[in-house]
Amino acid sequence: MFRFEKYTIIFSFTGLLVLLSACSPQSGALVDDPFERMNRGTHEFNKGLDRDILSPISKGYGNFVPDSVEDIVSNFSSNLSLPGKVVNNVLQLDMPAAVTNTTRFVINSTLGLAGLFDPSDSIGLVGLDADFGQTLQRWGAEEGVYIEIPFFGPSNVRDGIGLIVGMVLLDPASYVLKAPVATYRAGSNVGAILQNRHTYGDQIDEVLYESADSYAQARLVYLQNRRFKLKDSTRDAYIDPYDEFE
Amino acid sequence: MLILTPMTNLNEFKILRRGFLAGMLTTALVGPAYALDNATATKLVDEVVFEINQVINSGASEAKLIKAFEGIFAKYADVNIISRSALGPRARTASALELNKFSFAFRSYIARKYGRRFKEFVGSVIIVKNTTNRGKFFEVGAMVQAPSSAPFEVTFRVSDRSGKQLFFDIIIEGISLLSSERVEIGALLDARNGHIGRLTQDLSDLS
Repeated sequence: MFRFEKYTIIFSFTGLLVLLSACSPQSGALVDDPFERMNRGTHEFNKGLDRDILSPISKGYGNFVPDSVEDIVSNFSSNLSLPGKVVNNVLQLDMPAAVTNTTRFVINSTLGLAGLFDPSDSIGLVGLDADFGQTLQRWGAEEGVYIEIPFFGPSNVRDGIGLIVGMVLLDPASYVLKAPVATYRAGSNVGAILQNRHTYGDQIDEVLYESADSYAQARLVYLQNRRFKLKDSTRDAYIDPYDEFE
Repeated sequence: MLILTPMTNLNEFKILRRGFLAGMLTTALVGPAYALDNATATKLVDEVVFEINQVINSGASEAKLIKAFEGIFAKYADVNIISRSALGPRARTASALELNKFSFAFRSYIARKYGRRFKEFVGSVIIVKNTTNRGKFFEVGAMVQAPSSAPFEVTFRVSDRSGKQLFFDIIIEGISLLSSERVEIGALLDARNGHIGRLTQDLSDLS
């Protein structure tokens, strides 16, 4: 019964998404951003959060915590995200990836001491990313308009819905884990975010603090990189500079 | 061809001769035909990548890296079209002199901005993978294998529509240099009320 309700919610979300996509007029355009004014407000909020909290803490974390400890924390977080990825692999009918991610989960949870280590990686079993935004794309959902989400940053309608559904409904670990492991997991997620912020520090700083318009630059970087990762060639909106001047 | 196939009938010969004459005529009109194809596009990027690999593993100082990168950019990239495209619609109303001056300042700005980041790639190897004909241009894909991070994809877009075979965009993990600079230069230009001269002056201080 519960499972049935869960899928009802997912399909309602998908219905909502299709409606929202239908509202977006310029398919194929590089940027479809009718909520730019609101998004810019959110961007300033997010940027302040990064400048005052995330960036300084990540520097401390990156500089004072030994790399090996950072890796252990991030491994633990990443391992518990694998069941959610398997769910999406299956929803995308990508069985080879589902098998790879399941095998990784089994090996890392046992030989890798509850996911603290990543022995799968060293035998060539590399993690395959999957999320519900990607699943929606595979099901044929349009990207929808650009949105910047408080605390999470650049996104679009499809990935925003994917983010919420993925976190709330499609994360098996969150159903199973009880205190105190659930708390350890939350902590390790924070650690993983800090390590990422530190590892990609220069690139993130360049977009947020060294560009003339950090909102527009972050939007471009997000959309182009996301389309590349999803192999979404229907929205190949790169510039052909010769066409412009012919 | 004709010599090797003595059975060739007269019609075929005429067609061949017509094709040959047309070829001669085209050559006479547009100069030697170094047509851009898969092989030449790949060769161009092979050369670029060879020079970049040499530079990043030369152990040179940052200043020298930047200088070397500017040289590579000037030699292999269509700086004129990239800089014009970065200016966006404003380029249409600019004078040739304005555009020239801007293009020159833009070249060293790009070299400083991206050359600085080359130091992150010391010890990396770039390997050219595949070339695709995209109709009006060729796309040459390469992988960067860096010592400290996962391998990532770099794509060069090559065209001969300037009259020379040059690359006009570098796309790293989907993110285009051309698109990114259009956004950046556009914002800088807006902040100067669309004044290209002032932007050209200020660009030497920016990286």
